Amino acid sequence: MPTQVPHVNYLVLGDKPHLVANECVSCKARFFDRRNACANCSGTEFKKVDIGTTGIVRSFTIVTFAAPGVPVPFVAAIIDCEGTSVRGNIINADPTPEKITLGMKVQLVTTSLGSDDDGVEAIGFGFEPAK
Amino acid sequence: MAADDIYILGIYMTKFGKHTDKDVVDLASEAVLAALKDGGVTMKDMGIMAAGCLMGQGSIGQMIQKQVGQTGIPVYNVSNACATGATALRTAIMAVKAGECDMGLAVGVEKLAGVGLLGGGGRPKSDSNKWSPSGRFGAVAPTDGRIGTDTMPGTFAQVGMEYGHKYGGATFELFARISEKNHSHSTLNPLAAYSKAMSKDEIMNDIMISYPNTRPMCSANCDGAAAAVVVSGTKLKTLSLEQQRRAIKVSASILTSDPYQEACQVLPDVNTLTRIAAKQAYEQSGVSPQDLSLIELHDCFATAELVHYDNLMLCPEGGAVDFFNSGATWRTGSSPVNVSGGLESKGHPIAATGIANIWEVCHHLRGEAGPRQIEGAKVGLAHVIGLGSACGIHVLEKSAL
Repeated sequence: MPTQVPHVNYLVLGDKPHLVANECVSCKARFFDRRNACANCSGTEFKKVDIGTTGIVRSFTIVTFAAPGVPVPFVAAIIDCEGTSVRGNIINADPTPEKITLGMKVQLVTTSLGSDDDGVEAIGFGFEPAK
Repeated sequence: MAADDIYILGIYMTKFGKHTDKDVVDLASEAVLAALKDGGVTMKDMGIMAAGCLMGQGSIGQMIQKQVGQTGIPVYNVSNACATGATALRTAIMAVKAGECDMGLAVGVEKLAGVGLLGGGGRPKSDSNKWSPSGRFGAVAPTDGRIGTDTMPGTFAQVGMEYGHKYGGATFELFARISEKNHSHSTLNPLAAYSKAMSKDEIMNDIMISYPNTRPMCSANCDGAAAAVVVSGTKLKTLSLEQQRRAIKVSASILTSDPYQEACQVLPDVNTLTRIAAKQAYEQSGVSPQDLSLIELHDCFATAELVHYDNLMLCPEGGAVDFFNSGATWRTGSSPVNVSGGLESKGHPIAATGIANIWEVCHHLRGEAGPRQIEGAKVGLAHVIGLGSACGIHVLEKSAL
């Protein structure tokens, strides 16, 4: 029985945690979720590709008002990870417009979501300012 | 008037706001009966009805008919997020254009007062006791708030910030000043949910919802309905001169969905489908962006208004910040945008919005807008975006009579 599970199936854990995408074999469009066919070219053949773990912040918002149960504030962002757009939170940084800026360099990090009754820990991901 | 032209014959919007004593059917019925009266026609003249109520049941059209006239005509209940009203109107226009009937009715209604935050599924008090993957991402726990945000204010905040990353100059203060403009415009609109001027500082110091959108920079959830009667050019010729004089020509009626773009899986792309719709609308109507006397665009958030200046080609590509700073989009400017007060102050009863913005434009083209009249208005554009996405654009022109 595994002691850790990824928050989402496109997060690969291990020594070098990273994201993977389903890449359309014919047009190279990348998708993080399961697709019946490619949204760009309708191709049906996909292969797994690794996504770079560094990127720049292309857009962000500091959410201070969210649905019930969602802790605030947090920074939601769109990261350009070496050519692939990724959605994720910016963590390990003050959620203020002074600290979070457009174009800033970030890197992927993992974070614990807690353990379930069987002692299995769920691991999520976010991005922190690049060192 | 050419035989195959389409005209708005009658149109109406209810007061937007809190209608505690009316349900959606009451509000929609008020709009339908008044739109018919405005056009000088009755339910018996209608050959088709298209209706939308995004948060309601599927058969809103039939429910309204029970209150205004069950004539047996086909009803199309439509749903297209915030573009639902425009979709209903387009459905009626298509039926008339196809020659299936010579008059059609479109209605949109919503009760949203006090609904609060839209988007974002929320989470149970605690995550489940056992991590087990589900859904298309194989997620063991909800993703909203952990992997970005699903809220509307947050999504559209990112839309505006992305524009800033691309072109620069899109500051918190700039977005607040866009909101200041719309709130200022709303003071002249008695049908707006909120009609109080707000200073830039008041807007910036209000409750932050999702940076850079504070509360007054978000569309106002409220109740409201709007309805329109459309007629063919052939039929209009048989009606009275007064009806012909007040009829507004629909020079373009466009609906698009979002074509694939690299980043659309992580942030909805509201730009490409709007640009495509705008291009089609200008081609279909033969109108250029500079010809527009007024523009009602989908300012669901102040951050959205900025990008649509560019998407609707009111300014050169990348030039939206300078365009706003020039004062062009104030009611006194060269391209008045959201003289109704926009969704931020007029309000956004979702399915009504895509017809209410047509009403606003028609009101000016008919010269009936009172104190907020844009003098000499000849042609206007109404735009809506439904996230998911759908874009509706209508270009409207004053009667030649």
